[in-house]
Amino acid sequence: MGSRTRREFLQIAGVGGVVFASGLLEACSRLGGRPDPRPGMADDFYFVQLSDTHWGYKGPANPEATVELPRAVELVNALPQVPDFVVFTGDLTHTTDDDQERRRRMGQVREHLARLRVPTLRLMAGEHDASLDRGAAFQEFFGPLRYSFDHKGVHFVVLDNVSDPKGILGDAQIDWLSRDLKPRPKDAPIVVFTHRPLFDLKPDWDWTTADGTRAIDVLHAWRHVTVFYGHIHQEHHHQTDHIAHHAARSLMFPLPAPGSQPNRAPLPWDPAHPGKGLGLRDVDTDPRQPAYELREIPLARES
Amino acid sequence: MRFAALFLALLAAAGDPGERVVHVVARRFTYSPEVIELQLGVPVIIELTSADRDHGFSVPDLGIRIDVEPGKTARVRVVPEKVGTFDFHCDVFCGSGHEEMAGRIMVSAPVASGGNSGH
Repeated sequence: MGSRTRREFLQIAGVGGVVFASGLLEACSRLGGRPDPRPGMADDFYFVQLSDTHWGYKGPANPEATVELPRAVELVNALPQVPDFVVFTGDLTHTTDDDQERRRRMGQVREHLARLRVPTLRLMAGEHDASLDRGAAFQEFFGPLRYSFDHKGVHFVVLDNVSDPKGILGDAQIDWLSRDLKPRPKDAPIVVFTHRPLFDLKPDWDWTTADGTRAIDVLHAWRHVTVFYGHIHQEHHHQTDHIAHHAARSLMFPLPAPGSQPNRAPLPWDPAHPGKGLGLRDVDTDPRQPAYELREIPLARES
Repeated sequence: MRFAALFLALLAAAGDPGERVVHVVARRFTYSPEVIELQLGVPVIIELTSADRDHGFSVPDLGIRIDVEPGKTARVRVVPEKVGTFDFHCDVFCGSGHEEMAGRIMVSAPVASGGNSGH
């Protein structure tokens, strides 16, 4: 099934309130016509990106903090087509100094995610999950902090820029990234999942990765690279040369647009529209182009 | 160093013994003081200590960042070369409240001395 057909199918199926955005490559394919499918590539597929649940958060930015994750699970399970996988781009839990409480929160998240009716779940840490214990609890509950995998012709790389509390990737991981990518053809579709932005989005709000440009420099040699990340609790799209970077909404509280207010305090809760500014995303992936079509699915509801 | 033209920052610089020293204590999730007032062109040593755990002191707009660790004194010498307000923040994740751990450096023009404003 082609991506456009799937989108039409979703619209016909009545998935309401959706917003379509397109990556640069998709835009290019629209402008110049869709090129012939690349030989040897698999058919298209889609995955869902969840991010920044901050399970365990208690505060005014979301007085219904236990509602959003179960609701997101329901929304994914209600999608008219089952995604090939769900990726969770970090901050599954809100941080705590108490190691036992951290593990309790991770156990609860794991129970909720177990209700997802999807073939595969790909998890990664945020600084709230991993920075205070360098990822020890996260690895116990959810597995490695960095890894890569292949799916239907796309090479996916999960980078860890959070388990070091300085929010860096580090020399060893950048070497690992170089070695991981080296065997791949330069026209291979590469997708990177990371928590913090790899580029300097807003360094004075800590919306950056101190050595992220080193990773971007490595990735730059591949022609089809797309990065999906979290951390900033809002939809955001950015290009570093030919590399597209897409931030996802949070499942707990939205943060302000970069520089739109004096600090990065969460946007106030809107009791008339609980869940406003929150959401998840599905990503239609056509490895033959390659092209990525992003569909934002809001969590907002009427009170 | 992106803003070397605006500030001269020398880590752990001894500086002139007569230079002003500003002591800053970092603790979860504040800096004390939160506002550092400097004068244009007047060198100052910012001395940072931690009262609890590892923190960072990052002023991206001035190209300054330094680790602030318990039991150590971190020093950075700055010579303000531009008037303005420059935000700093902790860039070493330190717990719930880390995102609010921030302050600002305010650089003002020197006050004219020997003026005759009484006329």
